[in-house]
Amino acid sequence: MSAILIIEQVLNGLQFGVMLFLMAAGLTLIFGVMGLINLAHGSLYMVGAFAAAAVAGATGSFLLGLVAALAAAALAGTLIEVVVIRRLYAAPHLDQVLATFALILVFSEGTRWIFGSFPLFLEIPDALSGPVTLPGGIEYPLYRLTLIGIGLVIAVGLWALIERTRIGIQIRAGENDREMIAALGVDISRLYTLIFALGAALAGLAGALVGAIQSVQVGMGEPVLILAFVVIVIGGIGSIRGAFIGALLVGLTDTLGGVFLPEVFKLFMEPGAAQKSGAAIASMGIYVLMGCVLVWRPTGLFGARP
Amino acid sequence: MRIAEHWVNGAVLIGIAALPLWALLIDEPFTITLVTRAVILALAAVGLNIVLGFGGLVSFGHAVFFGLGGYAMGILAYHAQTYTVLDLGFFTTEGTKSMPIIWLVAMGISAIAAFFIGLLCLRTSGVYFIMITLAFGQMFYYFAISWAQYGGEDGLSIYVRNGFPGLNTLVPIQFFGICFALLCLVLILKARLQRAPFGLALNALRQSEARVATMGLNPMRIKLLAFVLSGAITGLAGALFADLNRFVSPAMFSWQFSGELIVLIIIGGVGRLMGPVIGACVFVALEHFLGGLTDFWHVYLGLILLGIVLFGRGGLLGLLTGKEGAHV
Repeated sequence: MSAILIIEQVLNGLQFGVMLFLMAAGLTLIFGVMGLINLAHGSLYMVGAFAAAAVAGATGSFLLGLVAALAAAALAGTLIEVVVIRRLYAAPHLDQVLATFALILVFSEGTRWIFGSFPLFLEIPDALSGPVTLPGGIEYPLYRLTLIGIGLVIAVGLWALIERTRIGIQIRAGENDREMIAALGVDISRLYTLIFALGAALAGLAGALVGAIQSVQVGMGEPVLILAFVVIVIGGIGSIRGAFIGALLVGLTDTLGGVFLPEVFKLFMEPGAAQKSGAAIASMGIYVLMGCVLVWRPTGLFGARP
Repeated sequence: MRIAEHWVNGAVLIGIAALPLWALLIDEPFTITLVTRAVILALAAVGLNIVLGFGGLVSFGHAVFFGLGGYAMGILAYHAQTYTVLDLGFFTTEGTKSMPIIWLVAMGISAIAAFFIGLLCLRTSGVYFIMITLAFGQMFYYFAISWAQYGGEDGLSIYVRNGFPGLNTLVPIQFFGICFALLCLVLILKARLQRAPFGLALNALRQSEARVATMGLNPMRIKLLAFVLSGAITGLAGALFADLNRFVSPAMFSWQFSGELIVLIIIGGVGRLMGPVIGACVFVALEHFLGGLTDFWHVYLGLILLGIVLFGRGGLLGLLTGKEGAHV
């Protein structure tokens, strides 16, 4: 077990973490401001990935693919907000869960209808392919490093948007008291649509960026969605800062656990069995993490105290 | 049109019993299997309805118990059929092919799992509860996938259906009879439970936890008991489902299945005795007929579901009886 391997895996964990953050940020904003649990967020991730793969495949430009992903996801987000989600803000959680579950069915099967069951492929652009040498002589894929960079830039951008702009003031006010800001003359329904579209665009961007490392296929959004839920439960629902910390924790735990737990198990088991049981336990690692956080703080690390 | 709920309930049960008999007469064994599937799904959803409909706890992880029941059957039967020993460290067994024993084990394991998951999840409420039960479901799903000894991702096939004393379970109508009898038993139990102090307390908890606590009852204990009971019933359904297909796979743990269970309840009517049963029949019928028309029948299911959520509170039973069900 060398230091190089450890650093590589930490970087992998960070890359996974920041992509989870893009998903979790939208979810936690939507929940924090509108009080809505949106299961269809994973579908927006998928929409982004498919839009990017289709446009990049047709034009040959990865950048155009990303623009298409942002636009398609934001558009799909706006559409479902106006047609369906808007009617659910005052509804019980059960209705929200069901309606957004129904949206998943429609989006997944609809995408399968249009694009077929076979995965699409999204090529990493030439300028970003291949490894770079980091200080210390570590070779690491440039594309993954770029993802970490993009994730961090967006995290800072979101922070600035929420803390430093007029829209941000309205969002924070919306989290505190929806009726009051409506009474103060803010067009609350436009604000909601805007936030939903913003969250959707972030999810679509994450889908497109990750789509270039993995394959683009129907159902790719739901595993990420559930991890994003784990992230915001750990971080505290409604807190962007919590989503960021939670995403990094989950990304690192999942990546490092998958690599190192089998190694740890090899210390006291035969290698074959250690590999199997290590992998099995590692797949549960983030849920154990979530359980521990909940026992300690039932509303998450940065959640509001009841 | 307004019909008293107990008439609808009776008609549905008679219909479920009559359809396979009719199928037997015209020699259509596939229809019997289809109705058996509906009955088993109904049983699973009746289990979920205890916490979801009466307790108001939206558990999005009931596939855990369904899968545990399935795997309990799969593992016991696998060892019995391959004549290998199941070594748990403190206890060894050669497995079993007997349904009643498998049912007890399935319910026991599901109840134990529900106890520990409940201890953790019931500390939270509302949207946290939904997400955490969902996450637990995924945890078991990934564990089943990586559990190579029992098939991992491919699942585990059981070549012969397990036996029940005095019956030939391989005859579809006899296996249907077992499943239907269990469903009726659980429905009777649940109808009595609803009127018992425990059921009343659970119902009151959904409406106001603070008031129940003020009455001197312990909300956590009531919720935990309901969760354990609910998990055990869903686990029993899982064991039956595994026997129906003679196959268990990680898909039994999937979050989609948890979602479908909730969907069954909503289609039929939340917090009603027969809501899940009606929902399961409609769901299996939709799956069969829409699935026969197009491969993409989930699109239509999604649209129907959206319609029910946005415009038709109370589900089908609400539509028939003209009363909205319990609000969750």
